[in-house]
Amino acid sequence: MDVSQYLEIFIDETNEHLQNLSDCIMTLEKEPDNKDTINEVFRAAHSLKGMAGTMGFKRMQHLTHDMEDVFQEVRSDKIRVNSKMIDILFDCLDALDKYLENIKETSDEGTEDNEAIIKELNDFIAQSEGKETASSVEATEVKETPMQEEDGSTKKFMEIELTNSEKEAIKNAEESGKHVYGFTVYIHQDCLLKAARAFLVFKAVEDFGEIIVYRPSSQDIEDEKFELDFSFFLASEEALDKIIAAAKAVSEIDTVLAEEVKSDMLEKKEKMALAAEKPAAVQETAEAKPAAAENTAKKTQSATAKKTTSNKPVTSRTVRVDIEKLDALMNQVSELIIAKNSLVSISTTEGGNFENQTFHEQIEYLERITTSLHESVMKVRMVPIESVVNKFPRMIRDLSRKLNKSMELYMSGEDTELDRTVVDQIGDPLQHLLRNSADHGLESAEVRKERGKPEKGAIYLNAFQEGNNVIIEVSDDGNGIDTEKVKEKAVERGVITPEQAENMSQKEVINLLFIPSFSMAKQITDISGRGVGLDVVRSNIEALGGDVEVSSTLGEGSKFTVRLPLTLAIIQALMVEIRQEKYAIALGSIQNIEDIPVKDIRYVEAKEVIHLRGMVIPLIRMDKILDIEPLEEDPESLTVVIVKKGDKYAGLVVDNLIGQQEIVIKSLGKFIKNNKMISGATILGDGEVALILDVNALL
Amino acid sequence: MENAMEVSEKNTKQYIVVKIGNEQYGLDINYIDNIVRMQSITRVPKAQTYFKGILNLRGEIVPVMSIRLKMELEDDEFTDASRIIILKIEEQGTIGVIVDEVKEVVELATEDIDRPAKTTKNDKSSFIFGIGKHGDELISLFDINAVVDESESVS
Repeated sequence: MDVSQYLEIFIDETNEHLQNLSDCIMTLEKEPDNKDTINEVFRAAHSLKGMAGTMGFKRMQHLTHDMEDVFQEVRSDKIRVNSKMIDILFDCLDALDKYLENIKETSDEGTEDNEAIIKELNDFIAQSEGKETASSVEATEVKETPMQEEDGSTKKFMEIELTNSEKEAIKNAEESGKHVYGFTVYIHQDCLLKAARAFLVFKAVEDFGEIIVYRPSSQDIEDEKFELDFSFFLASEEALDKIIAAAKAVSEIDTVLAEEVKSDMLEKKEKMALAAEKPAAVQETAEAKPAAAENTAKKTQSATAKKTTSNKPVTSRTVRVDIEKLDALMNQVSELIIAKNSLVSISTTEGGNFENQTFHEQIEYLERITTSLHESVMKVRMVPIESVVNKFPRMIRDLSRKLNKSMELYMSGEDTELDRTVVDQIGDPLQHLLRNSADHGLESAEVRKERGKPEKGAIYLNAFQEGNNVIIEVSDDGNGIDTEKVKEKAVERGVITPEQAENMSQKEVINLLFIPSFSMAKQITDISGRGVGLDVVRSNIEALGGDVEVSSTLGEGSKFTVRLPLTLAIIQALMVEIRQEKYAIALGSIQNIEDIPVKDIRYVEAKEVIHLRGMVIPLIRMDKILDIEPLEEDPESLTVVIVKKGDKYAGLVVDNLIGQQEIVIKSLGKFIKNNKMISGATILGDGEVALILDVNALL
Repeated sequence: MENAMEVSEKNTKQYIVVKIGNEQYGLDINYIDNIVRMQSITRVPKAQTYFKGILNLRGEIVPVMSIRLKMELEDDEFTDASRIIILKIEEQGTIGVIVDEVKEVVELATEDIDRPAKTTKNDKSSFIFGIGKHGDELISLFDINAVVDESESVS
């Protein structure tokens, strides 16, 4: 059996454990005495060690083992958590991360031994309480095993019903002077790679002899078709304890029960299976008793451990699906929707031929099904942004150290969901923005004190859904953007002329920050300030169909608002007509639709606006913007689609409304020049192509 | 079979011969995905002038370029003979080009192709990598990558 098939699961699990560790260590830093967290950390490190060991990643195993030792000390109150320890632990996590990266790329952990870190860990233990440590670790580990025998483990090998050929094999082994041992091995209930463990146990014991009987069958064991235990008969010349010790050395094995079996004994048992169980059970309790007495203290500890695990949700029933399969599914749904749209269009345009009532009903039914099918597929692709943002607290902590500024990250809305492809790519831009806030936004402690702010700077990451968009805000209570300084810099760099600078609005000035190679940092740091920050952020986000805005008050802080589309493929849209051309406007950004008499148009700064329910809304003549021949004469009233983006509104003047429709977004391809007003195209029911207007770019 | 052997030995390539104005041009058949009749093209505002727009090719959106406008000739006049040749270019995807007429498929051996002297100044000829001789006729062979290349062209 080859462990490589478990590699993927190993990587996923390790990621989870590392994240968990990182979270817990962050908590520990704040609450060094939190016993639950310490236990959690210990468990995570222990599982990591076990997993790395199984997969044969020796260096990783070594490092986690030493980490585990440290946690063990903390758990037994021998060491207090302090900031030095936290630092070392974070170094460990980084090192483990690197191993994992290597494994992802090459299926090998690499050759870095991280001796420095291991040494630091060991020094740390030695410093606090050198000699006692080692012995106590061993002691607890030894104790761990017998205790679990109480949990209802039975020597299941006694109950095995043997086939004739198996009986024959046992007899033969006996005749050739070997001992036959029955084994029942219990695997730890949290163990994921059960088959791998079983394989390792077999491998260990096969050094001593030959396995004659498998229960379940070896094929079933390989396919993981067993619960937490498996049994086998081994024919060997060695003594039993040696073999048991070897089997127990495999990690995540709870208990190994074994006994010498005689073939005549087995035959007897077959006849009176019930009676045979009893002596086994008695023997077992006898074994367990001393262990139990010794370990009352240990037991309470494991009880608390159990409590915390039970808080966690029971393993959710999930399947891992390759994102490509989902993409394929999505494409098929798109095709289906296009086909449905064309049916709808036939049924409405050629009404004469389709007067049949049921036909229309069925079409409506089909529409409902395709819409909900689409929604379901979209939902499957949605993942919470948590997986991306939960590495940020750690990052901010490190930045805080590096910059020597005290700061805290407050996050909310981590459970906001976005399409998987968006989530995968949003990490870097957000990271840039946070670094930007930490480096440029927040002032040094002295300045903050002078300004009467709390010394600890605050950075906020706030995510929520708004219509068809997801908004992620990154804000800080720092200095804000000094527009005068930005102007100065821009003039200095020759980006704008001094005259231009005079006339720029605050917004325009802030937009300068997004120009490539424009960095405001007074000194170049390795955190930000290479001038590759904000323009990359912007282009990354725009590539995802989103946009980014900044608002800032000097002295009070700044806020970056990232707006991302909820879905990438299919949206509900309003179809409009401008002269002969058809355009789609995403329903999510439409506020309402108005008929505006031409005489109600007012002018502000020579621009057309309308006054609607207390709001002044600028009008955008779509024909002008889209280079369509203007009408010779304005009609008496205009059809205006009021769209909004955040708190901004605009009225789009169109000729006609066609109606609401579900549209599949298709890209225009790479050849046609990137046109921000058009976010894509869609195929209508009659096979015609309509363009999709990007409202966010118009405002 | 024997014939095919000979062909490959001779190192020949197949070209689709099209007419644009009075001249004949050849397109390497390996790039050609499809040839379709003129159909409704949706204009894309603010695109490069030589892009006529986009069309729906069996559910895929394909941009359509006027090769005439790209070569700075007068604009296309659509007739019954006009065709859109759909080219498939690696990485960049599919693109359609409008031609006045599709004539035939010819096979040209390497020795039948003259490489013109590089005249960088003339925009039109920079799309041509060679002149093929097929019987009495001369066929200008498009360098397809140059035709669809967007990096240098000014819209």
